[in-house]
Amino acid sequence: MRNIGIWLIRIALLLLLAGLFFGHLASESYRITEPKSGVMGFLSLRPLHVSSAYLGIITAGLGFLTLIIQKKRTSRFGTFLQYLHFTLWIIALTGIFYSYFTGDFGGREYWEFNPIWALPIFISFIVFLVFYIHQIGFKVKWPVYYWMWLTGLVFFIFTFIENYLWILPYFREHFIADMTIQWKVNGSLVGAINQIIYGVAFYLMEKISSDEKSSYQKLSFAMYFLGMFNLMFNWGHHIYLLPTEKFIHYIAYAVSMTEWIILIRIFYKWSKQIKENKQFYYFFPYRFLMAADYWVTINLTLALFMSIPAINLYTHGTHITVAHAMGTTIGINTMIIIAGIFYFIQPTFQNTKWKRFGSITFWIVQGTLFLFLSSLIGMGIQRAIWQSGLTSESFSKMSSSSENWVLLFIIFGTILFLSMGTFIVYLFVKSWKKNKFDFPY
Amino acid sequence: MLNLFSHPKRIFLVLFVCFIAFSVWIYAIPLFSPSPYSEKELHLVAEGKLVWQKHNCHTCHQLYGLGGYLGPDLTNVYSRSGNNEHYIRGIVKSGVKQMPAFEISEEEMNALLQFLKNVDQSGTSNPQDYQPEILGTFSLEKK
Repeated sequence: MRNIGIWLIRIALLLLLAGLFFGHLASESYRITEPKSGVMGFLSLRPLHVSSAYLGIITAGLGFLTLIIQKKRTSRFGTFLQYLHFTLWIIALTGIFYSYFTGDFGGREYWEFNPIWALPIFISFIVFLVFYIHQIGFKVKWPVYYWMWLTGLVFFIFTFIENYLWILPYFREHFIADMTIQWKVNGSLVGAINQIIYGVAFYLMEKISSDEKSSYQKLSFAMYFLGMFNLMFNWGHHIYLLPTEKFIHYIAYAVSMTEWIILIRIFYKWSKQIKENKQFYYFFPYRFLMAADYWVTINLTLALFMSIPAINLYTHGTHITVAHAMGTTIGINTMIIIAGIFYFIQPTFQNTKWKRFGSITFWIVQGTLFLFLSSLIGMGIQRAIWQSGLTSESFSKMSSSSENWVLLFIIFGTILFLSMGTFIVYLFVKSWKKNKFDFPY
Repeated sequence: MLNLFSHPKRIFLVLFVCFIAFSVWIYAIPLFSPSPYSEKELHLVAEGKLVWQKHNCHTCHQLYGLGGYLGPDLTNVYSRSGNNEHYIRGIVKSGVKQMPAFEISEEEMNALLQFLKNVDQSGTSNPQDYQPEILGTFSLEKK
C-alpha cells in the first residue's frame, strides 16, 4: 500500500511556500496608494495568503497522521479511505484556488472561497476520522497524542459545520449572535488544528528522546485536557468588545487565565530544556522543535496579557493581534511542521557544508521572525495609541505615520520568505530522493 | 487529583457534552432577546451580510475590531457624520486610496446599508467609550 502521507506533506510544503509568497505580495499593498484589482489586488492576495498558510498547516497535520497511522494496519478498507480522503482534499484545494483566482468569493474571513468548496473539506474530514479510528482502534491504551489527534479531528468537524451556519438566514439576521459564532469557530478551529500539530510535536519528542512513558503519564493528560478546555471555552477573548452576553466574556477571561499553568510549567522545566537543547543541537528535527518551544513561551506570554479584557481593549484590532497570529502560525506551527518533515525525510544534513548552511539559515529564520513580529507590534502600538484617543489624527494620517514600521515589516517579511522558503524547497526536493518511503519508527 | 486523568474517555465525553450545551445556548440567544426590527428589515440585514462577504469587505475593514487592517473600522460608520448614506454610497462606488471602486447594484447597496445601520445600532467599537476596571475587565461608560 502506497503511503499517501508523503503526498500530503509535499502539497503542504507547496502551500506553505505559496503562503509566504502571497504574504510577501500582500504586504506591498501597505505601501501603494492606488487600488489594484484582480488577483494582484489586496482583496484576493490576503485570502490567498491566509488560506495557503492555513491549509498548508492542516495538510501537513493530516500528512503526518497518515504517515504514522498508515503502518498500524493494512486492509482494503483502510486503503480505500486513504485514497478517498486524498481525492476529496485535492478537489477541495483545486476548487478553493480556482475560486480565489477567478474572484468567486462569498465566504467569511479566512474562508472566503465560494462555500460550495467547504463540502469536500467537510466530507474529507469525516472520511479521515473513520480512517483514523479504523487504523488505530480502541484495543490498546492510547498515548496522549492519539487523544490529541482525535480531539483535533472531532472538533474540526464540529466547528467546521458551525462555520457555515451563516448560510441559514436566522443567524445572518442576528448580527451579534452571528459574529459570536464566527469567532467561536475561529478560536476553536485553530485550537483543533493545534491539537493535531502539537500532538505531532509530542510524538516526535517521544521518538527522539525514546521516552515512551511520558505519553502515558497523568500529568501529560492533565496538560492535554487543559488545552482542550481552552479550545472549547477561551475563544471569547476575541470578542470582548462585541456586545454579546457578558457571561461569554467572563468564561473566556477565566478560562484563558488557566494558561498561566502552562507558562509556569515551561519555566519549571527550563533548566532541563537547556540541557536537552545542547545534547541534540545538530539534530535538525529537534532544533526546530526547540525553536517552537521558545516561540510558545513568547506567544503564550503575549496571549495571556492580551486575554485580560482591560489590556485587550487597547490591543484589540491592532497589529499586535496579527503579531500573535503570525507568531503562532510561523513560530510554532510551521517550526513543528519543518521539524516533522526533517524527521521523516532527512533528520540531519549529511553534507558538512549543508549542515553549516542549514544552521546559519535556521538562525536567520529565527532572528528575522523576531524582528518581523517586533515591527508588527510597533505598528500595533501606533494604532493602539490612536485608538485610545491619545492623538486626534485621521485614520489615513495615522496609517501614513506608520510608514517606517511598514517598511521594516516588508523588509523582514521578505528575508523571512527567502530563508524559510530555502528550508521548504530543500525539503520538497529531498522528499523525492527516496524511492521507498521509510522513516525511523 | 491527577488520578482523575486516568480515565481520558470519560473526561473527553463530559467536556464534549459541556461544549455542545454551551454551543446550543449561544445559537439560541437571539430567541430570548426580541428584535426591534421588522421581518422585512431583518431580511435586508441578512442579505446585506451576504453583500459584505461577497465583496470581501472584511479583508480591509473591521467590525468591532475584527477583520482586516488596511482600512478603518466600520462598526459605527453609519452614524459617524450626518447624511452618511450618501457618503457610504459614494465611497463604495468610486473607491478611495487603495480601495477599488465596486460595481454594486442598487439592491445590493440598499442591503449593505441596512446591514451597516444594524451593526451601528448594536453598540460602539470605540475603546474610548469604555472604562477599564480593577479586576481586569471593562464596562461601557459613554463619555
